[in-house]
Amino acid sequence: MSIVKKRLFWPSLILVVMLGINVFTSNQFLTIQDGHLFGTLIDILRGSAPLVLVSVGMTLVIATGGIDLSVGAVMAISGAVACLLIQDLGNQNSVASVLLIIGIAIAVALVLGLWNGTLVAVVGIQPIIATLILMVAGRGLAQLVTDGQIINVQSGPYSTLASGFFLSLPVAFLIAVAAVVLTILLTRRTALGLLLESVGGSPTASRLAGISARRITVMVYVVAGGFAGLAGLIYSADIKSADSISAGNLIELDAILAVVIGGTALIGGRFSIIGTVLGAVIIQTLRITVVALDIPDKANLLFKAVVVVALCLSQSPEFRAKVFGRFKRRPAVEKVAA
Amino acid sequence: MGEQSPVLEMTGIRKVFPGVVALDGVDFRMFPGEVHALMGENGAGKSTLIKTLTGVYEIDGGEITLGGKPVRISGPLQAQQAGISTVYQEVNLCTNLSIAENIFIGREPRRFGKIQWGRMRRRAAELLARLDLDLDVSAPLSTYSLAIQQMVAIARAIDVDARVLILDEPTSSLDTAEVEQLFRVMRRLKESGVAILFVSHFLDQIYEISDRLTILRNGQLISEHRVEELSQVQLVEKMIGKELAALEDVEDKAQSNRERAAGAKPLLEAEGLGRTGAIAPYNLTIHEGEVVGLAGLLGSGRTELARLLFGADKADQGEVRVDGKKVSLRDPQAAMKHRIAFSSENRRTEGIIGDLSVRENIILALQASRGWARPIPRKKQDEIVDKYIKALQIRPADPERPVRNLSGGNQQKVLLARWLITEPRLLIIDEPTRGIDVGAKAEIQKLVAELSTGGMAVLFVSAELEEVLRLSHKIAVLRDRRLVEELENSADVDADRIMQTIASGASS
Repeated sequence: MSIVKKRLFWPSLILVVMLGINVFTSNQFLTIQDGHLFGTLIDILRGSAPLVLVSVGMTLVIATGGIDLSVGAVMAISGAVACLLIQDLGNQNSVASVLLIIGIAIAVALVLGLWNGTLVAVVGIQPIIATLILMVAGRGLAQLVTDGQIINVQSGPYSTLASGFFLSLPVAFLIAVAAVVLTILLTRRTALGLLLESVGGSPTASRLAGISARRITVMVYVVAGGFAGLAGLIYSADIKSADSISAGNLIELDAILAVVIGGTALIGGRFSIIGTVLGAVIIQTLRITVVALDIPDKANLLFKAVVVVALCLSQSPEFRAKVFGRFKRRPAVEKVAA
Repeated sequence: MGEQSPVLEMTGIRKVFPGVVALDGVDFRMFPGEVHALMGENGAGKSTLIKTLTGVYEIDGGEITLGGKPVRISGPLQAQQAGISTVYQEVNLCTNLSIAENIFIGREPRRFGKIQWGRMRRRAAELLARLDLDLDVSAPLSTYSLAIQQMVAIARAIDVDARVLILDEPTSSLDTAEVEQLFRVMRRLKESGVAILFVSHFLDQIYEISDRLTILRNGQLISEHRVEELSQVQLVEKMIGKELAALEDVEDKAQSNRERAAGAKPLLEAEGLGRTGAIAPYNLTIHEGEVVGLAGLLGSGRTELARLLFGADKADQGEVRVDGKKVSLRDPQAAMKHRIAFSSENRRTEGIIGDLSVRENIILALQASRGWARPIPRKKQDEIVDKYIKALQIRPADPERPVRNLSGGNQQKVLLARWLITEPRLLIIDEPTRGIDVGAKAEIQKLVAELSTGGMAVLFVSAELEEVLRLSHKIAVLRDRRLVEELENSADVDADRIMQTIASGASS
């Protein structure tokens, strides 16, 4: 198989092209400043952390044939819980207290994931409806927690989550990398990935093969909740406040898009974590490229749409055959026998 | 009728796919008013030939004439316009729409753009009357049985003035009475001069309904015969191209087993086990090394009985003992702990996971019983999988190919392998030979006989009485969701005897 036909070739190419554009348009693509790496590339890596986290969780959910619309709301809730508790601290710079609070916020997010998973796997509600409940109610809950206000915090340790550097790399990026590596190890070094794909491929057949489809389904929603919670913390640490309206707003759509770009089918089954990560980074790079190219605000979404359409087309073998078949003196692609 | 000129004549048909010659100079003809069976094992080229006729594939060589005129069939629509209609194996109708809507979908009688419902219903009723069917045409299709749905599909197909009607495996999910109903319809159509191309894996049905048959093997025409010229054994030999010693062999094995299993101890005992609405309470004892056959019509409760023993459905009364100890089979995992395995009759929806590879499908049950945290090492996986691909002759022998791309018979072997590697003590197999070719069927039957020789108990469910009789030590007969009789299989038990029980219900 030639490299051009590899599934992730075209998304990778688009990413490289966009990064290339940024090399020329930004005055600092990658330099060293204040003893750590700095520049547009680092902005992209740091900025994509929340989306990568949410998308990886979404990948697992989608692999089981489900979907999680509530990730944005869970982000808002975890940020709200964390900021509320930090605000009440006597010393907002106490590392131990902040770590404890981060733990509490993530625990809350895991419980919310458990709620989703229970609705889907135990009560038997369709995933899109089950998670819609928390998507809508969750933001209300976040506003209830913050009393409708934006809570500002001045906590050094908390801000480190988003803007800190470790080994001259952004902490947020390292958190995302750790989460990705952990997920890959967990799904591919154990049999979890196989069982997940099996449940996504056919829940009935999986049950009859002795797989506890229910337990696995609940688990992926819990993981997705936990990752969304972590993403919410990074987001709120970045803006040093809990904003229940805009935290994670519409991120579920970006996450689903990242999963699709990464080559995981929405109907479940086979999944690719690496593909999803690539998709998430592309979406974040696109955001930054739009700014770098000075594309007017009004045309912003249109530009994004064009790139996404191009990406999706590039992954369709039929489309590639049509476009490139003309230039090559090759016989038309033979229809494959059923 | 043999002296008439054929309505359809295909000569020297050639179809090539990348790397494979699917049809190699095949001749095929059909006369008006006859049922013509197209025979061959899976992969012989039957479907490809049908698809060239229905316009799914274009031919790479050869000629098709219809009513004496050469035609070029470039798509399904052209095929239909030329008078070739098809009813596929899986009925492709909309069950939520009414019968009339299904028949006229896409070509509803209209006036000024408005659908004339009254006229549509009248015409639908007339059309069905031609097939001797009296149905409420405004009722949703879902309220009728699969057999009726099939007839509706046929009604739709013949309304477009079909000269050639293709029925691809129409009987694979029908029970005996329904098949009779279908055959009545086919005979009527025959009388009206339609040529019917019939594909079925059931030899008895072929012999009952067909006038003529054409045999393909490996994409080549073997021969064409009038049905009365060829015995079933000769037919099978021509299809698989070798002597039919395999099946005889199975019989001998099973025979010797029957004597042996007499002294074995009971492995599983079900007492008063039942599930409301699915199967009435029944008693059944299965011994080590014993093959118990379940016989009965479609819907008689065969599958329901078997599912309770695997916990696929939960029993709401009665108890099960394994090795004399009471156990609870509340779900498949519980049953697997007692080393019970179950392969469902719905291979596609409840058996294989189409996206996953052959290897992954084979190790699935074993992996599930180990839990996700203890993966089977890859080297061990490859060893097991290679061994079973060889032992069961799974083809193609490529462990990494998606199982979806395998033929039905090979998918069935993958499922058997999945359960055999868990080393079950009781293997429940529901309709393992349905819809698969003769060669694979014999292999699977042989395997069952061998397994029971090795001490494994097998609960064998099949709609084919011959098969049940050939393999079983003991036969449980079901009727109307009730186990009505248990028979020790012996020389004086034959298909007629079982049919009587099924028909009368009373045991004597």
